[in-house]
Amino acid sequence: MTRFLAGHRPRVIIGKKIAPYVLLLPFVLVFVAFLIVPMIYAFNLSLHKTALVGGTRFVGFDNYARAFVDPNFWSGVWLLVRFGFIQMPIMLSLALAFALILDSGLVYARGLFRIAFFLPYAVPAVIATLMWGYIYGPAYGPLAQIAAFLSLPKPDFFSENAILGSIANITIWEYTGYNMIIYFAALQAIPADLEEASKMDGASAFTYAVRVKLPMIVPMIIVTIMFSIIGTLQLFSEPYLITNLARSVINSHFTPNYYAYTLAFTAQQYNYSAAISFVLGAVVAVFSYAFMLASNRGTR
Amino acid sequence: MTNQKSNGAGFSRLNRRQLLQSSAVLGAAAAAGGVALPARAEDKVKLTVWAWTPRTQEMADLYMKKKPDVQVVVENVGQGAPHYVKLRNAITAGTGLPDVALIEFNSIPSFRALNALADLSPNLPAGFGDQYMDWTWKAVSDGGKVFGLPWNSGPMALLYHADVLDRHGIAAPETWDDFAEQAQKLAKAAPGTYLANFGVDPGWTAAVLWQAGWRPFRTNGTEIEIRINDGIAKNWANYWQGLIDAKAVDTKPAWTTEWFAALDNGTYASWVTAAWAPILMEQAMKKSFGKWRAAPMPQWQKGGKVASNWGGTVFSAFTTTPNLKAATDFAAFMSADPQAARFWLTEVFLFPVLTELVDDKNLMGHKYDFYGGQPVNEVFAEALSQVDPSFEFAPFQDYVNLQIEDHFAQAIAGHGTLADAFDRIQDAVVAYAGDQGYTVK
Repeated sequence: MTRFLAGHRPRVIIGKKIAPYVLLLPFVLVFVAFLIVPMIYAFNLSLHKTALVGGTRFVGFDNYARAFVDPNFWSGVWLLVRFGFIQMPIMLSLALAFALILDSGLVYARGLFRIAFFLPYAVPAVIATLMWGYIYGPAYGPLAQIAAFLSLPKPDFFSENAILGSIANITIWEYTGYNMIIYFAALQAIPADLEEASKMDGASAFTYAVRVKLPMIVPMIIVTIMFSIIGTLQLFSEPYLITNLARSVINSHFTPNYYAYTLAFTAQQYNYSAAISFVLGAVVAVFSYAFMLASNRGTR
Repeated sequence: MTNQKSNGAGFSRLNRRQLLQSSAVLGAAAAAGGVALPARAEDKVKLTVWAWTPRTQEMADLYMKKKPDVQVVVENVGQGAPHYVKLRNAITAGTGLPDVALIEFNSIPSFRALNALADLSPNLPAGFGDQYMDWTWKAVSDGGKVFGLPWNSGPMALLYHADVLDRHGIAAPETWDDFAEQAQKLAKAAPGTYLANFGVDPGWTAAVLWQAGWRPFRTNGTEIEIRINDGIAKNWANYWQGLIDAKAVDTKPAWTTEWFAALDNGTYASWVTAAWAPILMEQAMKKSFGKWRAAPMPQWQKGGKVASNWGGTVFSAFTTTPNLKAATDFAAFMSADPQAARFWLTEVFLFPVLTELVDDKNLMGHKYDFYGGQPVNEVFAEALSQVDPSFEFAPFQDYVNLQIEDHFAQAIAGHGTLADAFDRIQDAVVAYAGDQGYTVK
């Protein structure tokens, strides 16, 4: 038996060595063509400056130097930090709560609920924002109509103080189901004998959920927080689509991505826009890394 | 541009191209001998046209019937910002531009700054510009060069809800002082009803400031004068700030469904706007159909006769087109065929730019159901003749508009006044102009 295997080994090893790369090749090609090459292009763009008068010239890191002290950029980052501190805890705890409830086995028609929770994620952000824009409508939106019917003051979802909450609500509605599915899948992977063991030890369903299940899916929670940080810092579609309804509070540099968009496509500052995008990438990396460090320390 | 009378050579060239045989101005010359455009069947010219206006392909089809050797495809790539973003991206990319595109008067300097617009004058007969309203031709031409052919204009007037004003005993205001007085009166008499809404709208802002005498830009090659926050602007800002502070006007965003509904149900009793406004109002306003009336734009001086223009479009060809001659020919047809222009005015509310049509009593007397049978074109025609042609837009008008939006929005949200906003816009635009290589004076 050993001899038989030994005779075949060299060929198998070569095949094994090459096979992964062959299988990865399609991904690598697409990755290079649609991520690496555009990034190199954008980086090159960010080192130049094109003016209406005078054309294009190489300016080194001038655009970056400008971005680092650009209040319009940093006000957007600061806004998203505040936004993240409202939105992420609410969204992720809701997702976790729903996942634990669905996983508890107390719910009938579990599949139905799972799909219902997940459905908003399948609705394109554009449609979702238009829909919420209608619901928020200050004069003729359904909520305003109900308030008028009850002789209450009409709520203003687009006021300066409310706008962050209004946008957060849209994103919570959109992404809670997505995070819930991730948690739910992780919970389903917990072996059933743990539940029996904890029951034997006299744990209630609630204690079991909080003391046993929750710690076991912490890695998944960390992953979702990571995704949320990245997603939050790249917020664009929701404020962009709601701009026309809330012109007085959403400006052209409301979020960093929004700023990059208007710089490139309205102000025709493609070069500076590219630099802003790279700086935003760096900010995302810093936040993600800081969170990784913090969570590693916490779990150690 | 030429103001000299058309000469014979110009006419015969025009005939050969069979441009405007139906035009009364030029039709007489047709007798002088028309030679058909030398068309070689083997190379059928294909023209791509980007336009967002309704039923434009119908008009292009009409053109193709006259010129079977040309194939015109009209594409709608979006209205407003999406249209211009796509054009600019194609210019930056150096590929993918259409041969001809519809652009608004206020975008001409911006596209010229990118060297994107082709000079149409070599393929136009001399004196071609004489048939247009003065300022429209001035806006598209520079020296002898022509960067687009005017198609429709946006003379402004005060559109008002007759029954709302009648109910509260308010007459259509003749001056801006009247306007302010009536606004306060209406807000007091019927809380929740406003004479107007001050929504943040840079196009509208520039147009009404144009009437007030604001001349923010003077571009001369790479030199530019920027006077955004001058006395005229400050006065205007204080005027509206007063109305906003007194809650005599509303400050909701314009162009939203809610805003259209508010105009329709009489929450906003008037709108100082352009002749093309009913294109949009007709679709959105069922309740108020037939109840709108037009009156001349309120004046800053009692008895004054100054109006303004908001929007309006031209057909421009791009430097990249391999068929400049055909593109010019098509633009000339779209722009100056009087029969078509008549149709667009009565059917689609596109106000003409041809002197002949503006002077046509019959056409100007056309009664519109939307306006309860009022022959509103008389109002608009008068307004068009009262537009001062000396207004210049910036060669980076989109950036200026963006700044107006951002800083007006702040003022409306209660951070500083509109007058402060003008100072901030001035600073931002001066910095931008310098950054773009202009010498700011």
